Amino acid sequence: MPAYRVIGTSPARADAWEKVRGRPIYAGDLAVAGMLHGRIVRSPYASARIARLDTRAARALPGVIAVLTAADVPRNELRMELPGRMAEATAGAVLATQPALAADRVRFQGEPVVAIAAETPEIAAGAADLVEVEYEELPGVYDPLAALDPSAPRVHDGGNVLRRWHLRTGDVARGFSEAAVVVEHTYRTPFVDHVYLETETGLGWIDAEGVLVLRVSTQVLEHYRDVAEILQLPHGRVRLEGTYLGGGFGGKEDVTVECLLGLLVWKTRRPVQLVFSREESFIGHGKRHPYVMRYRTGATRDGTLTAVEAELVSDSGAYAALSPWVLLYSLVTATGPYRVPHVKVDATTVYTNNPVASAYRCFGSIQTCLAYEGQMDALAATLAMDSLALREKNFLRKGDALATGQVLETEPRLSETMRRAWAGLGEPRSPRRPTRIGRAVAASFTPYGRMCWTRDSASAWVGMELDGTAVVRCAAPDVGGGQTSSLCAITAEVLGLDVAQVVAVGRDSHFTPRAGTTTATRQLLMSGNAVLNAAREVRHHLLAAAAALLEAAPGDVELADGHAFVRGAPGRALTMASVVKGAIAEGRPVQALEKYDAPSAPTIDPLTGQGKAFNDYTFGTHAIEVEVDEETGRTRVSRFVACFDAGRVINRASAEGQLEGGAVQGLGYALMEEIALENGVSKNPHLVDYRIPTSLDVPPIETLLLESGDGLGPFGAKGLGEPAMTPSIAAVANAVSSAVGARVTQLPITAERVRAALGSPA
Amino acid sequence: MKLELTLNGRPCVTEAPGHWTVLDLLRDGLNLMGTKYGCGEGVCGTCTVLADGRPIRACLVLAAHVRGRALVTVEGLERDGRLDPLQTSFAERGAAQCGFCTPGMLLAAKALLAQNPAPTVDDVREALAGNLCRCTGYTKIVDAVLAAAPGAR
Repeated sequence: MPAYRVIGTSPARADAWEKVRGRPIYAGDLAVAGMLHGRIVRSPYASARIARLDTRAARALPGVIAVLTAADVPRNELRMELPGRMAEATAGAVLATQPALAADRVRFQGEPVVAIAAETPEIAAGAADLVEVEYEELPGVYDPLAALDPSAPRVHDGGNVLRRWHLRTGDVARGFSEAAVVVEHTYRTPFVDHVYLETETGLGWIDAEGVLVLRVSTQVLEHYRDVAEILQLPHGRVRLEGTYLGGGFGGKEDVTVECLLGLLVWKTRRPVQLVFSREESFIGHGKRHPYVMRYRTGATRDGTLTAVEAELVSDSGAYAALSPWVLLYSLVTATGPYRVPHVKVDATTVYTNNPVASAYRCFGSIQTCLAYEGQMDALAATLAMDSLALREKNFLRKGDALATGQVLETEPRLSETMRRAWAGLGEPRSPRRPTRIGRAVAASFTPYGRMCWTRDSASAWVGMELDGTAVVRCAAPDVGGGQTSSLCAITAEVLGLDVAQVVAVGRDSHFTPRAGTTTATRQLLMSGNAVLNAAREVRHHLLAAAAALLEAAPGDVELADGHAFVRGAPGRALTMASVVKGAIAEGRPVQALEKYDAPSAPTIDPLTGQGKAFNDYTFGTHAIEVEVDEETGRTRVSRFVACFDAGRVINRASAEGQLEGGAVQGLGYALMEEIALENGVSKNPHLVDYRIPTSLDVPPIETLLLESGDGLGPFGAKGLGEPAMTPSIAAVANAVSSAVGARVTQLPITAERVRAALGSPA
Repeated sequence: MKLELTLNGRPCVTEAPGHWTVLDLLRDGLNLMGTKYGCGEGVCGTCTVLADGRPIRACLVLAAHVRGRALVTVEGLERDGRLDPLQTSFAERGAAQCGFCTPGMLLAAKALLAQNPAPTVDDVREALAGNLCRCTGYTKIVDAVLAAAPGAR
């Protein structure tokens, strides 16, 4: 491994110093003189016709500036469009567009109906109470399997099937005929919420050029286009200014406040702030898709997998959002990180009148992990085999093909991640009644970087200042994972600077080079490589300038510690400031705008799933120990070890932080969290009754990071953000299953479900 | 209504409507944006500040209730340009990711260390149980508090 000065260390992140001081860096921390306060009136019904809508009383309230309805929206449909081969990728799908404000019909509880702007939050709330809406409830459909019935109420005119994908390889009938054992289980997961601590927030105004500026907590600065489309403005007339996010996890990937805020600012010509309450956050934005997954897995007596047949149905809720792509991730990951010669997977995402489901960390690859890893432990039990040995026998290796036909070009190191995670659990403990102890692993693979058909690209600018410090300009939103600080670390490494000598400024759709979304675990790969390319270009110019000044060959000059020096002669050195001034005096550039284009490929075949869906994957394992109280069914996670191949660690504390945070978010999903719905209406849209893990609910997370150097990112890095969470729910389910001696197949694994499993035959 | 209190060690005389919470007073009245809204229901702990050294939920407590009391917010942890050891420890140990829960965490931890300068891991986890974090998984937060404890060995 090459020696790095900055890469792989844990310098305190620049944003951390601002954050511990409580500095106003978030979207809700800036106020503008004359600012109005926005408020949204939402549907209390999951399926209803708007029979009458009267805003006169609300408009008459003193201090109310605007009360807007669907009639005020120039183009009332939010399209979900990705660049690349969109038409090809969506052929055959029923892509229902979502209105910014519902016109005649509401399709989910929380759907926006009226947008209000007023002088104070209190007046806005008063106006919301004065809006009169008469709803006529309509029959709805609240179960994705029921929605597939042709006689079910239709959520949209095109029918309830939004998108199907299929995966076919080999001959699944032959695969099962070759199997000595077949295990079959159906796995179920619920709607869950991101619960970032900062709710959806934005502030907007119109600037001196007449450009609508929105300062928003978003993972996607490119939503300026959606606002422009809604308002029928040229795209260049809407600008999105990114802020540090108080968490995202995919929930700020779809449009949240942007269009409603843009509409209010544009119509009132006044600055407006819009902050969703926690309840609005629960009912108003996209959730994780519930899945029903029926799996049959066959193996020979020695544990060699012969066939997997799976049927996946996901609940998209009332609109399309990103459901087709979430489902594609499920399809590609359906068979897990294993060699399976014969595969048949049918995946369907279905409209219902439940909350809209869309992006959430792991994006469809976590539900399938619950199933494929549950199947591996079930197989091991049936075969009376060690479950780690069973996995090892079937793990993908370099040169093997996924079920999609994509051949792995590097070694996944699955066995190493699994063995190290398992060893991290330590010596087995003997339980004392009524406590039972269960231990298990779950291995996983998760894409990092977008789907190949999107032709993903990121750009970045790196430049030197006269004092020898450097500036990075790159429109990569920082959701809290340390995205900005990693770009600084990459630049510092290449230019021989300390991280404190590099500043990354601005995340802005119009002022900084476009870097794309902070989603899909893509930012280190994409912006990281763009910054790396730009920094290397600057380095090239600095080396040439330093060589001339030091009377040496450029190849003999090294940059380190803020200096340029001749290798082997540290006395022949110049400060970076003198090098920069020298370069400028000679007319050499000291800045560079570069980009990184991810490798591209056509869409996978929708009928067979064959093709290259993603450029690369991150592999890793969770090993978990649980203590189950056999009297109460209560489960406590006592040990948790995460081991992943990070490719290369950029900031060690940030990388560990991703693994630790992903693990705990997964524990909440596995054991505690569920949006309780009754005919599409949430019964727990508050933190009091939607509980997430506290410091007392989780153990310390032990993290182990391998560095193969095999990733496509800077210095061989892979992505960790989403992969860090993928195996968690399967590892918990497997550990609980092992403790109770029966398969647990439904989340959340509540005490009631554990008690039921304890009562069922092993 | 008129309010007199001690804010971050200094006397503070201000006006606030009767229905304002401490959170409204800090953010809208006094322009101290370090204290955050997380749920408005006293559950998440994001808005935690100290009143006479004890953690309170700024979103639940009416501003009138802190009349005459000593309030400390995240902005008051730094003294004479020197960060509190907890702030340094959080920054250096990766305990702040998105940072939104950080002000509340810091103040809950500050109250703990004032009572118990040498807490155990369990003491720290107990003291922070009312402050939700969705990013870090708590591991680095607990480590940062332990490292900043004045009685730490």
